[in-house]
Amino acid sequence: MTSNAVTASTFRESALPDKPLIVVESAGTLAGLELKELWNYRELLYFLAWRDVKIRYKQTLLGVIWVLIQPVLMTIIFTVFLGMLARVPTGGKPYPLLVYTGLIPWTFFSSAALGCIYSLVGNANLITKVYFPRILIPTASIMARLLDLTVSFVILIGLLLYYRFVVHYPLTLTWNLAALPFVIILLTLFTLGLGLLISALNVRYRDVGVALPVLIQLWMFTSPVLYLTDLVPAKWRIYYFLNPLAGLIEGFRTSLLGGNLNIISLAISTAATLALLVVGAIFFRRAERSFADVI
Amino acid sequence: MRPIIKVNNVSKQYRIGSMKASYGTFRDALAEAVRFPVRKLRARQSQHETIWALKDVNFEVHPGEVVGIIGRNGAGKSTLLKILSRVTEPTTGRVELYGRIGSLLEVGTGFHPELTGRENVFLNGAILGMKRAEIERDFDQIVAFSEIEPFIDTPVKWYSSGMYLRLAFSVAAHLNPEIFIIDEVLAVGDADFQRKCFNKMQELRKDGRTILFVSHNMQAVTRLCKRLIYLDAGVVVDDGEPSEVSSRYMGSSFKSSSQKRWNSLSEAPGNDIARLLSVSIRNESGETTDTIDIRQSVAVEMEFEVLEPRHVLVPNYHFTNDEGAYAFAACDQDPEWRRRSRPLGRYVSTAWIPGNFLSEGALRVGVALSTMSPVHVHFFEENVLAFQVIDKGEGDSARGDYAGPMPGIVRPLLTWTTEFEPAKDAATQLVGDSAS
Repeated sequence: MTSNAVTASTFRESALPDKPLIVVESAGTLAGLELKELWNYRELLYFLAWRDVKIRYKQTLLGVIWVLIQPVLMTIIFTVFLGMLARVPTGGKPYPLLVYTGLIPWTFFSSAALGCIYSLVGNANLITKVYFPRILIPTASIMARLLDLTVSFVILIGLLLYYRFVVHYPLTLTWNLAALPFVIILLTLFTLGLGLLISALNVRYRDVGVALPVLIQLWMFTSPVLYLTDLVPAKWRIYYFLNPLAGLIEGFRTSLLGGNLNIISLAISTAATLALLVVGAIFFRRAERSFADVI
Repeated sequence: MRPIIKVNNVSKQYRIGSMKASYGTFRDALAEAVRFPVRKLRARQSQHETIWALKDVNFEVHPGEVVGIIGRNGAGKSTLLKILSRVTEPTTGRVELYGRIGSLLEVGTGFHPELTGRENVFLNGAILGMKRAEIERDFDQIVAFSEIEPFIDTPVKWYSSGMYLRLAFSVAAHLNPEIFIIDEVLAVGDADFQRKCFNKMQELRKDGRTILFVSHNMQAVTRLCKRLIYLDAGVVVDDGEPSEVSSRYMGSSFKSSSQKRWNSLSEAPGNDIARLLSVSIRNESGETTDTIDIRQSVAVEMEFEVLEPRHVLVPNYHFTNDEGAYAFAACDQDPEWRRRSRPLGRYVSTAWIPGNFLSEGALRVGVALSTMSPVHVHFFEENVLAFQVIDKGEGDSARGDYAGPMPGIVRPLLTWTTEFEPAKDAATQLVGDSAS
């Protein structure tokens, strides 16, 4: 190999760092999380989330109203069939309130998880053409859904006010409400952990994308979305709460409608969320190195 | 001098099939793992056929160098750029980059048709690594450069492909890294815009940026780069001055094209008046050859058959160099056949190009037969022949004793004269004496 390094250069050689800024090599099985790098890319995360939101509503006639319509329609249907016809026990709570406070976290979880799973494959053109931490893609996809979650609170507040002041259902502000941000953060992190795992798996095995919608359907019925956990026989309840979403959805509802916060179930959910997040992030970091080759 | 890019023994292995969209199913993976847990672990690599897209690639690039990467499709150019821009990682080996890197493997990465031009500028800028504040600062410049101001708030799905590319390139042109990695971006837009882009690249070069780029536009590569790396089958075949590397590249691209013969008259190029039978390149000994010493004359020969009498026919040749530049054309000036109609029969027309006239490198020859008034072309086989002109550097060609790269389409050996008047100054006399 002949080296022709004699070309004139106006570049100040002294400006070159002693250590390489970037090293590209096979990282083997050890891949760090590179949190500092993620922080440097925070603006891109914002832009990707912003793009997801923009595109989703750009061509729809009703735009963001769709976010409201879906859970409202579901609330009406479940209220008619489960609340009025099947008479699901509600522990004295109005069924529409019960089901809507279940549907908000559930809709967030299911739509974010489903959006997440196709996010990498849907951004294949980015992944094969430019470098950035790939973890931003599923994360941005979930962040975009947080906006929907916020919007759905508009209806929730309206519904709460209606029951308090028109129906005179005895709703009071309790300290439970302080748990709400905590529950939402946990729910987001749980979705993120799961999203990282499944979106990375889906790059290599597209079966995951096919199986997930079915699993999510089943998951809905094993979570306290349409009913209260009181419905589950007490001796099975501890197993029931092994489903991390059970504690989270229950916690979401209790913090709004009052009642005793189930600390044990929330503890299980917290532990599961943190474990899933760590496993998901590590798995993702290991898998992302071959994304460009297999996607 | 320290390099800004170090590529050490970089190899990249692909499983055949995994280069294209081929993904296993989860079930297969599970079934495999259950059935042959041990074998799967052991035979993981050998189970599938693999190819090396890159094999032990080594080179260094110094700050301010502009390096072109050439090679045929599948030679590993894109894989190399992908590794350098961190899109994928090497199987073995290591790349060290001592500067911030901006990679343009595609124009308009991340552009979304539903978003407006303005929105896409921000999105694309962020994807390419610009900070939001930088994009805001340069926004007006980016839009001005793209020349699409009136449409900046229109969704890009309504853009023409030209407008789209202009906007995309404008964003890329305002990146500010020390190292640019560019794939084929010059091949976009109309001639005017291409010139603008080319000037921008020149500007970056003058700025002392390090540029690495792949392009099939040989002329652009040779004009822009001071150095070429020639990849073939994943291996660096040549690395050096553009004129030399590109000659070698072009040379290996046309195999055995120093002669061609058409087997039957019906397949041969031509019309009812005349048809081409064969063409060849010959040296002074009359042998067919594809390599000519720069000092030797070379013959270009065409054999054709006249099928209809009473036409004035002019054989002519067209020479293109390896950068795609039109070197020259030549028409038959044989006095015996000038302005004279040709009877039926076979003709062999030979043109002699004198020695010490052509430049080093590959020349491609187009062969044609025409009637001049009115102009009518009976056949024209473009680039049907090719040959290499080589200079052995023995000191008696136009290079003299100079061994470095020499530009130019032709390299005639001129007649030089010198007038000399001895100096009266004794000191000068002494220097002159010691030199002789």
